Amino acid sequence: MSLAPVTSAIDLAAKPSWRSVKNSIASGLMAAAVLAVATPLVLVLASVIAKGAGVAFHDFPDFFTETVPIVSRRAGPGMGPAILGTLLVTGVATLIAVPLGILGAIYLHEYGARQRFARIVRFMAMVMTGVPSVVMGLFVYVTWTLTFGYSAFGGALALACLMLPVVIGTTEQMLKLVPDHLREASFALGAGKARTILSIVVPAALPGIVSGALLAVARAAGETAPLMFAVGAATAYNGHVFGGANTALSVQIFGNATSSFAAAQDRAWGAALTLLMLTFLVTLVARIVTARVQSKR
Amino acid sequence: MARALDLRGRGDGADRAFRGLAVGAATVVLVVLGLIAATMTRRALPVLEHMGPGFFTSTRWSPADEEFGALPFVWGTLYTAAIAIVIAVPVSLGVALFITQLAPQRLKRPLVYLVDLLAVVPSVVFGLWGILVLSPHLGRSFLTAGIILAIMIIPIITSLSREVIETTPQPEKEAAYGLGATRWEMILASVWPHSKGGLVGAVMLGLGRAMGETIAAALVIGSALGQITVDPLAPGNSMPAVIANEWGEADELHKSALIALAVLLFIITIIVNLVASSIVRRSMARTAGRRT
Repeated sequence: MSLAPVTSAIDLAAKPSWRSVKNSIASGLMAAAVLAVATPLVLVLASVIAKGAGVAFHDFPDFFTETVPIVSRRAGPGMGPAILGTLLVTGVATLIAVPLGILGAIYLHEYGARQRFARIVRFMAMVMTGVPSVVMGLFVYVTWTLTFGYSAFGGALALACLMLPVVIGTTEQMLKLVPDHLREASFALGAGKARTILSIVVPAALPGIVSGALLAVARAAGETAPLMFAVGAATAYNGHVFGGANTALSVQIFGNATSSFAAAQDRAWGAALTLLMLTFLVTLVARIVTARVQSKR
Repeated sequence: MARALDLRGRGDGADRAFRGLAVGAATVVLVVLGLIAATMTRRALPVLEHMGPGFFTSTRWSPADEEFGALPFVWGTLYTAAIAIVIAVPVSLGVALFITQLAPQRLKRPLVYLVDLLAVVPSVVFGLWGILVLSPHLGRSFLTAGIILAIMIIPIITSLSREVIETTPQPEKEAAYGLGATRWEMILASVWPHSKGGLVGAVMLGLGRAMGETIAAALVIGSALGQITVDPLAPGNSMPAVIANEWGEADELHKSALIALAVLLFIITIIVNLVASSIVRRSMARTAGRRT
């Protein structure tokens, strides 16, 4: 700039003023924020993979099939019962919460709409979304576990309570996206309301509903607090949904994380890797479902 | 609607049955919330009778002496949540602004995925990382818990902020640019006044999440009893953390005290969430009204 003599009265070239410096600083800070988010994610994933992979894949598939050592200071696999427990508890919770949630959303959007009862339910579902998971766990302990004892089903009840409002919310959003002319066309052909909803509206919204439900499942599979009070801490396989104490990956991670024995901590890392792979897998499937729908439209 | 001209020959019974099923499913929400309030309060009564108002005001928590003062845990919950908010808000807003205003189109979606990925990591995994990797350096304290909670609430604050910011009308942004504003000045002049309310709501929803988070806090907060201090490096405790850590060896009255803590936590988080979502909704409705 110092080379070319500035003669023009109107110089349109941008000069590095304090204003543009401020702009650059702000942009730099925004980029720094992205780095600040990426850093813990990378650090956590790196730790889990670095410390978990050796444990989980040593003598494959022992870690995924062997029972949990009763003496936690003993080294060695496995997390088999916890994997089964997580699948059982999450699976049963899904069987309870997803149909209920979809039906509830159908009521809210297709029947209730702006009626007072629908508004109350919508509001309460929002309140329910905010209930801390530890409160749900204690609630299930008080109403179920005190009477029937530890079981996978108790944990499933707690998770279902957490999932229900989420499924209702995402399903209602998806039903809103179904254009009204589809419903009208169905009515015009003489279909009743239930028929219209079940064979026209829900199929049209299904991919979105499925993807929303899968995200809720992924979140639920990683929950710990609601399971601690209701599921118990078994170390052996228990395939019964209603009978006896069970265990779950998240509960095992929590228990072993507080242990001072290296062997237990190792198992916690292995279980964390297993749980992460499980939740990422479910999330990935949900993403693929969503992407498919978006590319179709 | 078309009751007068009902041409449907069959299926009226099935229709009514299906409607009943849907209403029943919706009612489950009310039943569960009602049961939570009723059963939990009933179980909390013994300790409230035992301690009286002292449950809320006493700073002494000593299960062995049947002394249950919840104040230190209320303080710990609010304090760790505040630390989390102080860390998470600038980062979340920065990321939301970067994604909506700065990032090239191609980069937007991967960045959204990156933030969402953070939301998929279970809290117990963050807790495990916190206790075995972070706390050997930082110790177990309010600050360590606050940092872990911040990482966990960044995704929700970021995604809500992004939605709010994206509702800024294009003409308002172009007007700022047309007056010669830099991008940052445009953000201050157009995006900020437009999104303020919604952003406050987003932050409060994050606050509600941070206060209810249990497992990660339970692992790294340090489990000190009766500590009310502003020293962020001191070990502390929070309501959900106490419940998770002490439940295992609690007797009847102690359990009642922990359930009473849960009821208190329930009430506080519901209030925060309700205020937050009403702020978000009002600001969303206002901006929607302005656009049409």
